[in-house]
Amino acid sequence: MVESIVSTGLAIGCIYALIAITYNVMFSASRVFSFTAGTLGMLGGVLGSLFIARMGLPVAVGFLLALVGGAVFGIVTEIVAVRPVLKSLDQHLYVLSTLALALMVQQFTAIEWSTEPQPFPRLFDIARGGFDQQFWLPMLACAAVIVGLELLYRRTLIGHAFLAIAEDNFAARALGLPERSLRMASFALAGVIGALAGFAGGEMLLAFFANAPMLTFYGFVPVALGGMGNNRGAVVAGLLLGLFQQAANFLVGGIFASVAVFAVFIIVLLARPEGLAGVTLPRRV
Amino acid sequence: MDKQAPQVRPNRPNVLGSASTFSAALPFLALLLVGISFPLFGGGYWGVIATRACVYWVLVSGLNLVVGFGGQIAIGWVALLTLGAYTTSVLVAGNVTPALPPYLALAIAAAVGAVFGLIVGLPALRLRTFYFAITTLGFATIVTQVALAWQSVTGGGVGVAGPVFPEPFSSQWGFYYFCFGLAAICTWMTANIAASRFGRALTAIRDAEVAAEASGISKSALLGTVFLFSGAVAAVAGGLFASLQSYITPDAFTLDLSILFFIAILIGGRGSVLGPLLGTILLTVLPEFAAPLVAWSTFLYAVLLLVIVLAIPGGIAEILDFKNRRPLESDRAIVPRPDLLGPLLGAAPDAGTLTLEQVSLSFGGVQAIDGLDLEIRSGQVHGLIGPNGSGKTTTLNVISGYYAPKRGAIRLNGAPMPGHGLHRRAHMRIARTFQTPRIVGSASVLENVMIGGTIDGEGTFVESLLSLPRHRRDEAMLRDTAMLALAAVGLERLAPVRADRLQHSELRFTEIARALMLRPVFLLLDEPAAGLSAEEIGRLGAFIRAIAQAGTGVLVVEHHPDLIFDICHHVTVLNLGKILAAGTSAEIRAHREVVNAYLGA
Repeated sequence: MVESIVSTGLAIGCIYALIAITYNVMFSASRVFSFTAGTLGMLGGVLGSLFIARMGLPVAVGFLLALVGGAVFGIVTEIVAVRPVLKSLDQHLYVLSTLALALMVQQFTAIEWSTEPQPFPRLFDIARGGFDQQFWLPMLACAAVIVGLELLYRRTLIGHAFLAIAEDNFAARALGLPERSLRMASFALAGVIGALAGFAGGEMLLAFFANAPMLTFYGFVPVALGGMGNNRGAVVAGLLLGLFQQAANFLVGGIFASVAVFAVFIIVLLARPEGLAGVTLPRRV
Repeated sequence: MDKQAPQVRPNRPNVLGSASTFSAALPFLALLLVGISFPLFGGGYWGVIATRACVYWVLVSGLNLVVGFGGQIAIGWVALLTLGAYTTSVLVAGNVTPALPPYLALAIAAAVGAVFGLIVGLPALRLRTFYFAITTLGFATIVTQVALAWQSVTGGGVGVAGPVFPEPFSSQWGFYYFCFGLAAICTWMTANIAASRFGRALTAIRDAEVAAEASGISKSALLGTVFLFSGAVAAVAGGLFASLQSYITPDAFTLDLSILFFIAILIGGRGSVLGPLLGTILLTVLPEFAAPLVAWSTFLYAVLLLVIVLAIPGGIAEILDFKNRRPLESDRAIVPRPDLLGPLLGAAPDAGTLTLEQVSLSFGGVQAIDGLDLEIRSGQVHGLIGPNGSGKTTTLNVISGYYAPKRGAIRLNGAPMPGHGLHRRAHMRIARTFQTPRIVGSASVLENVMIGGTIDGEGTFVESLLSLPRHRRDEAMLRDTAMLALAAVGLERLAPVRADRLQHSELRFTEIARALMLRPVFLLLDEPAAGLSAEEIGRLGAFIRAIAQAGTGVLVVEHHPDLIFDICHHVTVLNLGKILAAGTSAEIRAHREVVNAYLGA
């Protein structure tokens, strides 16, 4: 049983961590938290199932198309729901515009795809074992994203530009960085990461429209606990969340596991609004 | 309070008189008539739709205070509808207790809803907007899951029968009138709040939080009260909803419903009661006209939400706001009337001295102010000048309780002031203005100024809810005082105008009027002359002098040396957080170091 809790918990935790990174990548580029993060995860699963199971495309093609789908939705989010409201960031209109977009995609999926969970294809034709691909795929995806982002941010020029924008938007623009293109690139990147999360976790979560609000909430918990924009904090918090949730699931049952997660989330946030690893920003007069 | 009635009444424009109260109430009266006579022309199914609209409005009216007025993005308010529906149904069905009469069950549901409204709402006091939105969303999910799992009480997925209200409310139209009556009462109550100091304080928290706190508004107390109220009416709506459905399962309470409530408010427009009321009716009725689209209704709501946010953030209320489309006079001069300060400020008691002793404050490695001594005497103008970054505004923020000093003390007549707590300063009659005016743009100039007097109202939230005499007395007092303050700064003609239509200089004087509402013993002005014309600066100087003559101690942070030397009794020059020089205007003007470092040759 412990083994099952750990493997399921870590796998789910990796998915949450990836969604949290999706939030963070969008946040770094725009100072905006977007309700579409969970929607991207949902889309990864649904598109994967659509391309591979329903349309019969090869796994590799289906995988790439799902990621492209995520990138496209990321860019659409930036153009439709983020850019128009960036001027008045203090009015928090982005909360509403991204919520609206997330709902539109979620409802569209429910009606045009299915209101019931649909199966996600097995990606590798190997026998089910103790440590199955449905567990190690999300972990692999998470590790790949962490390493990939680290290389991107440390080793490449565009990665440095991302960091510059995240650090100080005005200064970066004054230096002549193409802020708008970088923001769109960030949202495309976030789209890829979110879709990857849903695709890698497809077998566990299935291709289901209601995964969108679920991932939006559970993916945000690590962001809040790990400190916004802090990817390392998000990964640690995501894994802990997955383990805690699975343990509670086995010990007290699913419903009370959700209640427990929610209670812990609220209590930690009320005690430390800046997250466990975050820093407080002084308010400005 | 102990202030005499103002002797000089400025001419009051008639827009606030009874004629306009009537025209504002007209749409509500029309809706009331339509609602009462509805059974005459609508039958059967339309009766259900109309009842549903009433039930939704009971919830939305309360949520409107949270979202529309307070600006708190509470998306998951359906949780309280669920809670109210189950509490009422379970109590009436007698699953846990002996079966209770429906009215008692509804009252208990209201109490439970109030408590949970507070619990769901409290994180708003600590958390950022998006965090709060997510927590309400999480709460909505949890409540439904609990309803599904707690089978012995809620019936789980099978559900539970809704309550049936006894005669005369058991028939379809009887129940309609019951719901309509409650909806009408909710409309009246929330309209009362909207027009009270509590409603204005909520919009101030939404649009100008710092200014709200500086006016003595306690965010936690006010939002807490509003969450209690909003939770209670939402739970009552839940009880009615359960009765209307006659049978409830967790499936009935989808997030879509929450989104409907939320969007009804935004379509209607933030800070309006009529707008969200029309929005609720519209969203309840709309799917009935487009039967094939019912499956798409949530999708369409989402599209609507996006369109509103991007295209018409003001909602229906802004479209209906004809009054504010009339052009304003183009050449308006601000002519303050210092003679009105006497009646406005009353006979100020000698407030004594506000002293800063060796106050230091640093941000990270930056020493913002370092061992600062300052003495502001009542009845005098004290100038604080220095280059950018020398610590002027920080000093002002320390005095107004925005930052607690790391070292040193602030004393009022020798008694130390508590280091922190912005809204407590207002109770000590210390008022301030801001470097960039902090104004509620969608409220009228008069309402903005009235915000400054919030702490002088004596009635409670409940008294305002029910429009009891003390509430009406407060409102009359605040309106008269605010008109007087506006007349004193020379803006009374703009009283009914939306504040975001004003010019920059007018906003500065509006802020001064708002600060004067506190009848301050000490007034802190942060660059009041920035952006003013030379003529306006001259009038401002004379006005500040007059405020001091009326007994108030004034601290002015400024960059205009001429203004400072004209009006200040004492001047302190800061450089890099330390005092470079201090003395009378004449002394400073002749001070060599100051001239070299700051004023230029």
